[in-house]
Amino acid sequence: MSDIHTVDARGLSCPQPAMLARQALEKMDKGTIEVLVDSTTARENVSRLARNSGWNVTVEDQPEGSYRIMLKK
Amino acid sequence: MSSVSRFLTSHWGPILTGLVVGILAPILVKLGNPGNMGICMVCFARDIAGALGLHQASVVQYIRPEIIGLLFGALIAALIFREFKPRTGSAPLVRFLLGMFAVFGALVFLGCPWRAYLRLSGGDWNAIFGILGLIAGIGIGIVFLRMGFSLGRNRPAPKALGWMMPAVMIALLVLLIAAPQFGRDASGNPTGPIFFSEKGPGSLHAPLIISLAIGLVIGFLAQRSRFCTVGAIRDMILLRDSHLLNGIAALIVAAFITNLVLGQFHPGFENQPVAHSNGWWNFGGMALAGLAFTLAGGCPGRQLFLAGEGDGDAAIFVFGMIVGAGFAHNFSIASSPTGPAAFGPITVIVGLVICVIIGLTMREAKA
Repeated sequence: MSDIHTVDARGLSCPQPAMLARQALEKMDKGTIEVLVDSTTARENVSRLARNSGWNVTVEDQPEGSYRIMLKK
Repeated sequence: MSSVSRFLTSHWGPILTGLVVGILAPILVKLGNPGNMGICMVCFARDIAGALGLHQASVVQYIRPEIIGLLFGALIAALIFREFKPRTGSAPLVRFLLGMFAVFGALVFLGCPWRAYLRLSGGDWNAIFGILGLIAGIGIGIVFLRMGFSLGRNRPAPKALGWMMPAVMIALLVLLIAAPQFGRDASGNPTGPIFFSEKGPGSLHAPLIISLAIGLVIGFLAQRSRFCTVGAIRDMILLRDSHLLNGIAALIVAAFITNLVLGQFHPGFENQPVAHSNGWWNFGGMALAGLAFTLAGGCPGRQLFLAGEGDGDAAIFVFGMIVGAGFAHNFSIASSPTGPAAFGPITVIVGLVICVIIGLTMREAKA
C-alpha cells in the first residue's frame, strides 16, 4: 500500500501544471501521483510529460468539469 | 469529428497548424497585406488601436479582420469540442500591464513572435536578432517560473463572461464594415471616430472576406493544437518538450517555400518591409516581449485563442495589447523603418525592470 501524492494544478496558467507534475515525478522513482487540472491543454501537457517519462497515465473526468490524471509506475 | 480532434491534439497538430500558417500568411501578403505581415498579432493590435483613434499615426490604422477571424475560429472550435469554459480571476490587472509591455517591446522590434518567424522566412535577417532576443526573454521568464512565479488561479465564471470578447469582436466587425465618419476638420482630415490609413502599411490589406476566412481557419486549428509561438521555445527549454516547437519549424519551412514560390523571398538586412536594422534594439525589444509573454503564459496568438475559449484574463491581456499599442505611438516608443523611436530604448529598459519586479513578486496567494 503506497501513499498517493496529489498535485492540484486547477486554474493555473501554462506551463505551471506541467511544471508541478514534473516536480512530483522527479521526486518519485515509482508510485502513484494524482494530478488535478481543469483544462484540456493542461490534461494533454501533463499526460504527454508523464508518458514520455515512462509513467502509465489514466484520466478520469470529474463531475465539475475538471480532470483527475492518475500517473502510475 | 473526434478523429479530427485526436489528430489535431496529437503531435501532428502543431505541425499542421504551422504548415497552414506558413502557407496562408505569405498568401495574405500576396493579396495585399504589408510585407512579411500576413499575420502579426501586435501589428494588427496596433492598426486596430489606430483605427479606433487611440493613436494618430495615420499610416497604421485599420481594423484587421484577421484578428476577428482568429478569435471566432478559436470560439467555434471550443464550442464544437466542449472547451468553451468561461473563467477569470488570475491577476487580470497584471495581465493587462504585461500585454502593454509585450506590445511596447514587440513594436520596438516591429512584430510579434509570429511575425518574427515570418520575417525570417521572407529573408529579413534582422529577425534573427529579434528571435534571439525572444529566446533570451523567454529564458528570463523561465528563471522566474522556476523560482515560483505565478499569477495565481483562475476560477469558473458565468457563461456570459465568455461571450464578452466575441461581442467586442462583432462590434469591431460592424465598425470595420460601417466605418462611421462624423466629418472633417478645417484641414480636410477625417475626424473619426474610425480612422483608416490612406497610405502606409495600414492601407495595405487583403480583401476583407479572405482575411476573415483565413483568420477563422487558423484560429480553429490553433485552438485545437494549442499552437503557441512562445510556449514552443519555453517548453523546449523548460520541459525538453518539442511538441510545439515542431509547429514553429513547420511554419518557417512552409513560409520560406511559399515566399520563394510567390517571389517574396528577399534576403538581406536593409530595406526590409516594415522593419529596421538596429540589431541591439531588435534584440532588446523582443527580449522584453518574450519575458512579458512568458509571464502571461503564452504568445499573443495563444492569448487570443484562449480569449475565444472564454478566458477573461487572456482577453484582458489582448486589451492591454491594444491600449499599449496606442501608447506606443503616442509616446514615441514604436520604431519606424528608419530605426528605434526617441523613447523606444528607454521604454524597453523600464519595461524589463517592471517585468522583473513582477517576476520576483507575483506568487500564488495561500488561501
